[in-house]
Amino acid sequence: MEDLFKIVKSRVKIDIKSPKKNKVNIPSDLLFKCPRCQTAIFKEEFVNAGRICTRCGYHSRLTAHQRLEITVDKGTFVEYDANLSSVNPIDFPGYDEKVKSLMTKTGLKDAIITGECEIRGERCVIGIMDSHFMMASMGSVVGEKIARAFERAIEKKLPVILFTASGGARMQEGIVSLMQMAKTSGAVALHSEAGLFYCTVLTDPTTGGVTASFASLGDIILAEPKVLVGFAGRRVIEGTIKQRLPDEFQSAEFLKSHGFVDMIVERKRMRHVLYRLLRFHKKEAIPDWTK
Amino acid sequence: MDKITAWEKLSIIHNPKRPNAYDYISNVFEHYYEMCGDRLYSDDRAITGGIATFQKLPVTVIATVRGKNIEQNKEVNFSMAHPDGYRKALRLAKQAEKFKRPVICLIDTPGAYCGVQAEERGQGEAIARNLKEFMRLKTPIISIVTGEGGSGGALGLGVCDELAMLENAVYSVISPRGAANILWRDPHKEKEAANTMKITAEDLMKLGVADKIISEPVGGAHNDVNLVCENIVEYLFESLKKNCKKSLENLLENRYNKFRKIGMFNE
Repeated sequence: MEDLFKIVKSRVKIDIKSPKKNKVNIPSDLLFKCPRCQTAIFKEEFVNAGRICTRCGYHSRLTAHQRLEITVDKGTFVEYDANLSSVNPIDFPGYDEKVKSLMTKTGLKDAIITGECEIRGERCVIGIMDSHFMMASMGSVVGEKIARAFERAIEKKLPVILFTASGGARMQEGIVSLMQMAKTSGAVALHSEAGLFYCTVLTDPTTGGVTASFASLGDIILAEPKVLVGFAGRRVIEGTIKQRLPDEFQSAEFLKSHGFVDMIVERKRMRHVLYRLLRFHKKEAIPDWTK
Repeated sequence: MDKITAWEKLSIIHNPKRPNAYDYISNVFEHYYEMCGDRLYSDDRAITGGIATFQKLPVTVIATVRGKNIEQNKEVNFSMAHPDGYRKALRLAKQAEKFKRPVICLIDTPGAYCGVQAEERGQGEAIARNLKEFMRLKTPIISIVTGEGGSGGALGLGVCDELAMLENAVYSVISPRGAANILWRDPHKEKEAANTMKITAEDLMKLGVADKIISEPVGGAHNDVNLVCENIVEYLFESLKKNCKKSLENLLENRYNKFRKIGMFNE
């Protein structure tokens, strides 16, 4: 146990030390500190770059609506199940209040928006998770919206694109949240059996129960550069092995080199890549050479 | 008799004398032949699997193994499987599908292993793959939580047609310690957390996750292993009879719906 605290302390030290020196009288929202390379850059520069670290290329978190805007054709998005909202299945203390305050703060009903859209004219079902809502943890609402999105995609014979981001299962919903992993994976299985295309885009951070369910099940798995993807939390592993893990551990690049990601795609190219992948799998666009 | 709290149940299932997978397998099944390896990397001792007969019917058994002493626990990694364990389970399940054997899963694990190699070999992918493949496996699957059903590590063997739990077993999304950390930022309040999280077999029946509670002798399964095994046999006999009769289409539709309907929300 002592070692565990040592590790945490040493991490905290490294995390805080360098910016602290420069921190004198600088308003906190003026700088962005990259969680990957630990460099502080001007917030303006970071935002202008599309919320990307100009030093190391880490692709930072977007809200679901920011993501929607840079991904889909203007005016084509039709949202599914916009009114689904959480209840408190295991009477978890403080859960209702937390959800309510996040609704006000983020303007979202829960941690995902789903719907139908076009990407450069190609029709698809899309889901975008938003880490600003309870770290996009998966409870009943997220599970239900994803399952319904896949079921609609089967009905309409459409491909599905999911931008994943999540801290994992939503602890506040207890075992019910765990079962959403099975539910969503089941929906992916049906969609897959129907011969339809499913693509996941792993964004920062994709972890826990979401990594261990639909996020890992895409026919093609893309990731944004330098994002965090993993199953267990870094601190948990460091506590177990009592060593500090290398910085690139659980990065998109780490996953790719171990064989779990097909391509790492920069944000500015994402729309084009998705369009191309949709075209590859569009039956009407494939010439019939069997005749 | 007073109701046993979740916390008390945890101490019962953590009793080193509590029967483990091998005790159940040797008492419930006959001719258990263990099959090893995921054919990809290693043989994970935290999960045992193989072929046995149940009332003359060949079945595939897959189970997480809890050690009873420190040596055993080292061998089975405290019953926390690496991705290799889940991939072995999937390999055996696919084999069962091919030869039309029902699959019986016995679950008793604190969770999937959290470590560097587990991440390198894709712990998340291995569990995800099992969820998807088990959901559509063309043979009946019965899962029984015999002790601790720890999160994704348990769910990796938990997609099934029927989920039963031993009377004192628990099944949770996070350990009580982890929950205490989130709830009160104090891991020492794990007792309160355990009692808040709704993790007992009764809770899971109410939440529509578990389908059956298998009773244990007073004080816990270790007090009469034969009795609890007889209860398991009785349950499996009924459950297998019922599920083997279903048409494949029916079986898979029911399985999907079993999980599809779990979840509560406003609309």
